[in-house]
Amino acid sequence: MLDTPRVIATPEGVELTLNIAGVVARARAWIIDALIRFVFYIVLGTALAAFGRFGMGLFLVMLFLLEWAYPVLFEVYWKGATPGKRACHLCVLHDDGTPIGWRASVTRNTLRAVDFLPFCYGFGLIACLLNRDFKRLGDLAAGTVVVYVARRSKPLFSANQTQAGEVDNLAMDEWRGFTQPASLLLNEQRAITNFAERRARWSDARAAELAAHLPQLLSGKEGAAAVARLLTLARKITGKRSEGVASNISDNHIKIVG
Amino acid sequence: MQQELFEKRYQDQWSEFDQWLSIDAGANATTVKPGFPTSELPQRYRQLARHLALARDRQYGSELIARLERLVLAGHQLLYGASHNRGGGVLFFIRQTYPQLVRTHWRSVLVASLCLFGPLIVLASAIQFVPDIAYIFLSANDLANAQQMYDPANRKLGAGRDASSDVQMWGMYVWNNVRIGFQCFAGGLLFGVGAIFFMIFNGVNIGVVAGHLTQLGYSETFWGFVAGHSALELGGIVLCGAAGLQLGYALIAPGRKTRLESLKASTPDAVGILYGAATMIFIAAFIEGFWSASRLPPVELKYAVGILLWFLMLTYFVFAGRTYRQKNKGASNAS
Repeated sequence: MLDTPRVIATPEGVELTLNIAGVVARARAWIIDALIRFVFYIVLGTALAAFGRFGMGLFLVMLFLLEWAYPVLFEVYWKGATPGKRACHLCVLHDDGTPIGWRASVTRNTLRAVDFLPFCYGFGLIACLLNRDFKRLGDLAAGTVVVYVARRSKPLFSANQTQAGEVDNLAMDEWRGFTQPASLLLNEQRAITNFAERRARWSDARAAELAAHLPQLLSGKEGAAAVARLLTLARKITGKRSEGVASNISDNHIKIVG
Repeated sequence: MQQELFEKRYQDQWSEFDQWLSIDAGANATTVKPGFPTSELPQRYRQLARHLALARDRQYGSELIARLERLVLAGHQLLYGASHNRGGGVLFFIRQTYPQLVRTHWRSVLVASLCLFGPLIVLASAIQFVPDIAYIFLSANDLANAQQMYDPANRKLGAGRDASSDVQMWGMYVWNNVRIGFQCFAGGLLFGVGAIFFMIFNGVNIGVVAGHLTQLGYSETFWGFVAGHSALELGGIVLCGAAGLQLGYALIAPGRKTRLESLKASTPDAVGILYGAATMIFIAAFIEGFWSASRLPPVELKYAVGILLWFLMLTYFVFAGRTYRQKNKGASNAS
């Protein structure tokens, strides 16, 4: 209950995870938007000041349109994100994960007026902290969530490709004689493959430090050798072992887990 | 099946789907050819969802699952988020949907009207008999300002002694009045209390100024000024308040839903009412800036236009959009 992902069920029977954005990220996006508008007002104001009272009137109308329509237009036409949100990798979605539409966007942005009370988003902040999806009052009424946009991940198999050199340092005979401990549970296997996938992001020392948490799998090895051993194990788990047997399993038999 | 084999086997399908998504996003739409026709999208998406389910079930690596999740989510948004034009555009909304919507929620419209017009009429009348009441609600300074604005000696009305450009006043009315409307709406979220407060607050303000000026004998300038835009402006504010009351009522009396569900269910109608109300106030600002402030037309004409607009507005909300239902009735009678 402490973590932020929100799970939505799709008609296809799979569950999707949305990563809910917290208060700080959203405040940052809001400040960027406010600055953008502020700069725009200064430019517009200076330009229209030349037209005296006529310009003053136009300025006020523009001010009105920008202040109220800016978030709505961007959210509806720019994949649920104002420039500030985009800069912070955020976007607004309906509760069911679909892109936000006019009605929800108008609702959440008009109700900003209440969220802003008594000053500086006081009610909005309290509301955000009282529900697990960090929704301000406008989001609650409109049925929207602010989430992190999933970024394009790095090319696949990075785990197996980038560490190839490291693994190849193992002596061939050790590679052949390597047997996977029979007692590894699924989530333990998963932890080891995750280790391999993330290996590229760590320094050698950090990787060795993490590997040292599993002395029972390392058969006395330490440092780089221990890391290499875990990577080898990961390769075994992800597919180097018994390919012939595995490929007999048909992918058309799907077991959907509730 | 091992992860590596799984990836090898379906890698091309995933890349094609990914490429299709990036084309849809508008990235060099003309140069890149999609890997499969649009008609195949649902099928491809379902296949992808199946792969994600398999990958999860078999505890494949996080990065693979994250990548599949991203693709499935994008597909989900494309398939189920496709915007569909329900109701058939702006004209249909004006002719049918909007008056129907307002009539459906006549109770909140009535309550909002009472909150605004109740104090307005009571105070404006009372001040005719006891002028000093005005000073209870507004400071002497405010009243003097109002007095100055509607002094019959002015060339322009409602804008202080130095006649200013109509456009400036128009801008000010747009900025100010629509914001008041939105406040009335948003205040509804505070269990309706905010909406009621803003409605009564505005009713008191308008009532006191109206009563005070009438009692001073400025009726021709004041009533002549407000007549033209009063229908759309007050009507718009009442409807904003009514939309706010819908939210408040949904929170106070959620019925068999949770309060949150009840609030969510009430927003489509409330926002529908708000769309029209904001438009009305916006139009009223035009009339206020360019017609009401002018002293050219005789005051009788201004009264006539004001009454005509009230009449048209009420007729619209009472009678517009009923034909559709009657047609249905006729059909059911015939059968």
